[in-house]
Amino acid sequence: MARDTLTGSRIRKRRLFLDLRQAALARQVDISASYLNLIEHNRRRIGGKLLVDIARALGVEPSMLTEGAEVALIATLREAAADAGKPVAELDHADEFAGRFPGWAEVLAGEHRRVASLERTVQVLSDRLTHDPHLAASLHEVLSTAASIRSTASILAETGELEPEWRDRFHRNLNEDSRRLAESSKSLVSFLDQSNTGSVRRGVPQEELEAFFTAHDYHFGSLEQGQASPEELVAASPELQSDAARSTALNALQQYRADAEKMPLAAIAQSLSGGFDPAKLATEFHSDLPQVLRRLAALPEAVLGQPCGLVICDASGAVLLRKPIAGFALPRFGAACPLWPLYTALARPLVPVRRQVIQHGRHAAGFECLAIAWPQTPPDFDRDPVYRAVMLILPLAAVPAEPLAVGSNCRVCAGRDCVARREPSILDEEF
Amino acid sequence: MGRHVVLVEDEPNIIEAIRFLLTREGWTVEAHSDGSDAVEVIKAANPDLVILDLMLPGKSGMEILKDLRDEECLRNLPVLMLTARGQARDREMAEKAGVSRFMTKPFSNTEVLAAVRDLHAQANQG
Repeated sequence: MARDTLTGSRIRKRRLFLDLRQAALARQVDISASYLNLIEHNRRRIGGKLLVDIARALGVEPSMLTEGAEVALIATLREAAADAGKPVAELDHADEFAGRFPGWAEVLAGEHRRVASLERTVQVLSDRLTHDPHLAASLHEVLSTAASIRSTASILAETGELEPEWRDRFHRNLNEDSRRLAESSKSLVSFLDQSNTGSVRRGVPQEELEAFFTAHDYHFGSLEQGQASPEELVAASPELQSDAARSTALNALQQYRADAEKMPLAAIAQSLSGGFDPAKLATEFHSDLPQVLRRLAALPEAVLGQPCGLVICDASGAVLLRKPIAGFALPRFGAACPLWPLYTALARPLVPVRRQVIQHGRHAAGFECLAIAWPQTPPDFDRDPVYRAVMLILPLAAVPAEPLAVGSNCRVCAGRDCVARREPSILDEEF
Repeated sequence: MGRHVVLVEDEPNIIEAIRFLLTREGWTVEAHSDGSDAVEVIKAANPDLVILDLMLPGKSGMEILKDLRDEECLRNLPVLMLTARGQARDREMAEKAGVSRFMTKPFSNTEVLAAVRDLHAQANQG
């Protein structure tokens, strides 16, 4: 049956909107009120001259009556039927179903959309389990400890004659490992349980934004060359699914374009060939340091001459944009480490902060962090400024002699006796 | 001349357990915990077999494996990779990089011993 089975419902809706009685409309188009009633309840098909006459009487184009918002509803119903994975005999009657039972059709379509959204959340969670470096490292530790216990226990159980020295050593190892395993697995389960709640969903737009920037390698050549606008790039991005992510991406790209206009690629590349000095670049391009740091992070690695990471946060400390760099873990969810120079800069707006840091962990590498906070709004006597902060993260060739030790997120930070710790780490017991 | 294995693993208690097991089987076990110079250690030791953890400080087991396979003299050296990451993708990557056997943690002693015996026998036949 064609989509126009909903035409009757639209006629009724329009007539009621115009406060026109059924009998009056029927009279105008020269049909009986009872026949119009059947049409309005989609019990009689309508087309040709009668449709044109009714449309004229209702002051709309005939097409407005034959197509409408229900198209999307019917499409969703068809999608739900297709996703059910088995043939639905009444598939062709989706429009009739939507016409006769619009409330139930909305419920079904709504549930289908909800299922799609939940599936997406599951996807995000499994992606996180797969790619979150800290989670992966924690799981690796748990499994390694389990491997050690299994192997040691087997030796003790299966080796007939075991020298006392070896036996004592294995007992000691078993005791140590089982204690580590109990603590770490309990903390890990608790961490996963708590992660499987609202924070993950809140993180979804941020994930989309990062996927979008990653897909472009954090560099938008077409935007810099004027071949595409931020709106076009956002519209064309398959990574940006939610309105929140699209809006955030649009703001980020507008700022990106402004930075690129101040410091065009060729010009900044030439300046960088003379050495890396962000303060000098700011002077040369009549820019401020936040612009320079953002711009440097947006350059292709070949132009910058080294990899770099970037974090931008708002005045609450919430991370708005992250460009990951190997060896410096940036938390996907939740708050970052308060010891990051990013937050030092946030507490001292407009003062550039440079710190050489390492992150706690077994594979600590050295990084130089350059950070600064800037007001988002022009100075105003009657309004307090709202700041944002940016931090550029550059790898060092060697671990610095006296680095500032920072973490990524308290839960996965191995740092001990930290005054900034908010909550216990799941990496206790020397993990 | 005895059989010689280099064990690259950063978990001391796993090293101890594997050392015990293989020593009883007549192997000389040389353990190394740091990934960064593991290739040089293996080259210098010229072992009959390597047991390699995937996640190591300094350099990953996967990188070490690739470097070993780039060396003409180590191209056919049997490498047993132990890993907590048992995903199909990791296994596929290891196979592409030339791993001889891939084993996920927690493993059983019997499995490790069987794999070591098997790989050594295959190498000697080849």
